[in-house]
Amino acid sequence: MSQTADSVVDQIEHDHSHHGPRKGPLRWLLTVNHKDVGTMYLVLALVALLVGGVMALVIRAELFQPGLQLTQPQFFNSLTTMHGLTMIFLAIMPGLTGLANWMVPLQVGADDMYWPRVNNWAFWMLPPAALLLWWGFFMPQGAPGGGWTMYAPLSSTYAPPSIDYVIMAIHIMGISSILGALNIILTILKMRAKGMKLWDMPLFTWTWLITGFLLLLAMPTLAIAVTMLLTDRHLGTNFFEAAAGGDPVLFQHIFWFFGHPEVYIMILPAFGVVSEIVPAFSRKPLFGRTSMIWAVIAITFLSAIVWAHHMFTVGLPVEAQVLFMYTTMLIAIPTGIKIFNWVATMWRGSMTFEAPMLWALAFIFLFTIGGFSGLMLADVPADYQYHDTYFVVAHLHYVVVTGSLFAIIAGVYYWLPKWTGHMYNERLSQWHFWLSVISVNVTFFPMHFAGLAGMPRRIPDYPMQFMDFNMISTVGAFVFGFSQLLFIWLIIQTIRGGKEAGDRPWDGAKGLEWTLSSPPPYHTFTEPPSPQTVHNEGPHGYH
Amino acid sequence: MWKRLILALMTLPTAVGAAAQEEPSALNMTRGVTEISRDAYDMHMLLFWICVAIGVGVFGVMTWSLIRHRRSRGAKAAKFSENTVVEVVWTVIPVLILVGVAVPATAILLKTNGESPDPEVVVDVHGSQWKWEYVYPDEEISFFSNLSSTSRDASQLDAKESPANAPNYLLDVDNPLVVPAGKDVRLRITSDDVIHAWWVPQLGFKKDAVPGQFNNIDIRIDEPGTYRGQCAELCGSGHAYMPVVVEAVKPAAYTEWVAQKKKAAAQEAEKASAPYSREVAMSQGKKIYESACASCHQTNGQGIEGTFPALEGGKITTGPVEGHLKIVIHGSEKNPVMQAYGDQLSDREIAAVITYERNAWSNDTGDLVTPQAVEAAR
Ligand code: HEM
Ligand SMILES: [Cu+2]
Repeated sequence: MSQTADSVVDQIEHDHSHHGPRKGPLRWLLTVNHKDVGTMYLVLALVALLVGGVMALVIRAELFQPGLQLTQPQFFNSLTTMHGLTMIFLAIMPGLTGLANWMVPLQVGADDMYWPRVNNWAFWMLPPAALLLWWGFFMPQGAPGGGWTMYAPLSSTYAPPSIDYVIMAIHIMGISSILGALNIILTILKMRAKGMKLWDMPLFTWTWLITGFLLLLAMPTLAIAVTMLLTDRHLGTNFFEAAAGGDPVLFQHIFWFFGHPEVYIMILPAFGVVSEIVPAFSRKPLFGRTSMIWAVIAITFLSAIVWAHHMFTVGLPVEAQVLFMYTTMLIAIPTGIKIFNWVATMWRGSMTFEAPMLWALAFIFLFTIGGFSGLMLADVPADYQYHDTYFVVAHLHYVVVTGSLFAIIAGVYYWLPKWTGHMYNERLSQWHFWLSVISVNVTFFPMHFAGLAGMPRRIPDYPMQFMDFNMISTVGAFVFGFSQLLFIWLIIQTIRGGKEAGDRPWDGAKGLEWTLSSPPPYHTFTEPPSPQTVHNEGPHGYH
Repeated sequence: MWKRLILALMTLPTAVGAAAQEEPSALNMTRGVTEISRDAYDMHMLLFWICVAIGVGVFGVMTWSLIRHRRSRGAKAAKFSENTVVEVVWTVIPVLILVGVAVPATAILLKTNGESPDPEVVVDVHGSQWKWEYVYPDEEISFFSNLSSTSRDASQLDAKESPANAPNYLLDVDNPLVVPAGKDVRLRITSDDVIHAWWVPQLGFKKDAVPGQFNNIDIRIDEPGTYRGQCAELCGSGHAYMPVVVEAVKPAAYTEWVAQKKKAAAQEAEKASAPYSREVAMSQGKKIYESACASCHQTNGQGIEGTFPALEGGKITTGPVEGHLKIVIHGSEKNPVMQAYGDQLSDREIAAVITYERNAWSNDTGDLVTPQAVEAAR
């Protein structure tokens, strides 16, 4: 373990490093404990999921039938925009960061994050950013309606004043992400327990290490894109103003150079979670561990060179279209390898189906469906038809809801007994699972059909022929939304009590986190785990 | 509505069969009426069946494990965690499949982006918030294509009309694009403000309309007919309200249409030079209003609450004329969506449309705004 980190922690926590948490509400404001910070990230993610979810339900309610019933078109556009931004930046990313804050130090046998104080700051930037983002709804002319992609000039020249607030919010969230990423990278590289080789690290930690680097590439790019929007609006630059020699397509290139890596930022840690859970409930080591890690590295590399596949209809030269088609199709190979490896892990296993496993299985099935539609979208001649239709909305939600979100839920179920010391209510979790998994498909599967039949995305009202599928989607969305209340109830129940979990509630689970008590002491690994423990809990150990 | 939903759910399985014959389909991409669209469709179906085949394989193996390798059935976990042969095989097979897909995709792509040496008709398509303008440079024809007013009225919050009663709801325009069937047509697509996308599913492609750039596409529509689509790029609050309607007609009918359009344009020009009077101003103004203003302020002058101000009884339309002239000529300082029409319309056109706005609906100001007043206000 690193000396400096050790002494920093000692300094900061000098007065209470051997006791429990600080008493009173200041505990949460000032805490530098990675578990507290992790908890706060997860709570924020849950709140944002509800806020973004309510927006989605208003959108779906408006789309229940043709004609306008609830919203004016501009308000509808604000809703889709804010729903997208909220879900991406305040629900999924903080959710994954919350898991990392909790689990990465436990998985590598560190006593905390590398920069505990920075960890606190990185979190506390997010609530003000959230308020800035949502404040747009209360401003004159409402929240921005240019989509989460914020294409210029709709989001520069033609945007309401609130776009400036959104840009500020994005800057703050970006800085928070960068600090978080650095902290996670340093914790992994500098604070691993003696005897834990890089290649022996748990998969969740591995995927987060790579995601950390991807964040360092992507977030500054986004900052550049939105800063250019801002200077076009206020400082007289004309980056995107065609009439003054600018180019609106330039914005898209920069945006998607961030935006495509961003979707992998949301999925790689999800791969990590699933790679922890599937072996545990199959009671078999992860199949092809090394190729899994290489697959993640390959995906990361490819993700940085495929951005223009979001822009096939923008008038790119045909050579560029061919090139981006090929690189995009290549991503299918490492992604396929991952899916085959998970299946091979289950093959001839000894499987049980507790909640974490159910969610992980649903992830594999449904994320694969999202992968199939992704493969279809990669094919340019067909994408000329799919692009900007509900087919894309279906694809995106299969990867981001039944992918990232399902993996976060799986991770919460998997580690909740560790965090709280109590088992969750298994019956309730089964209800939660089956209601969610059925309704999510009722919601998003028909969107494939609506898109193929010609329904453009981001429209508040639609021609009659799309009515049936939209009605079905809306019903599914409401069931899905309300099912999540079960999840919240279940978490509260588990925090308040329940069956003792024991140190290792899942007999197939491996990793240093399971050598601790449940819940883990407030300060863990003040004594680093012994090399023997590290070995036993690693891929070459046995139990 | 609930009855409809239940019906929809119940008829879903039969709809699959029925939709197989209908065109365009409710469940699948349309096969369309151009070579591009049929290529896109074939590519789509090829990909679909490949995905189905892979899906059956992967999900089959997975389901088998879930059923047979359960602990509750007494399954004991095997110890293996590696198998180089298998891993190589399942890397190589996807590579082969991808190559198999990439070859036809590349061929189609090059063909779709190719240019015909000598297009019969050239049309410049301008996206504009929120209507399309079609300009035929060789014929000196140009006109706007607006959402039909029946659709517009039925789509309001608390509309009196139901969308179900509007013919081709949201897919109907006042002036469709007319092109000859069976001939090469070049579309040069661009935009006057934000990015839009011109899309008719049955023609097989969409192209973004980007300010400052022409995106060309050459098409040949095989069968005469009316083909409908919508703007496909988020372009602001009227995004759902800019349909694309293309009428492909026999070449002879096309020639006739061109002649007629020219004649109509000449008549318009003549009317526009008729002595300026109240009646002339009102009728000319109404036309201009419906093509330039109604997409935001609505045919009935009610605007859209919270987004576009109502002109009926509005502060500007019933207040001093100076303010009215200023906003129409120079646009709005607060909201760029209210453009400066000073460059787009002549003095007389602006005078007419303002006169119309000040006297239409219940706005009985009695004002007659003259072209001279507009000139003075510029
Ligand atoms: C109850 C669950 C959800 C429902 C019913 C839902 C529904 C929708 C709908 C109807 C749209 C608008 C589509 C359009 O008109 O273009 C949309 C857009 C979007 N959703 Fe969701 N969504 C859900 C959850 C999520 C989650 C968890 C994420 C996580 C990242 C997410 C990310 C997005 C994004 C990025 C967009 C695009 C926004 C834009 O067009 O700017 N959604 N969603
Ligand atoms: Cu548009």
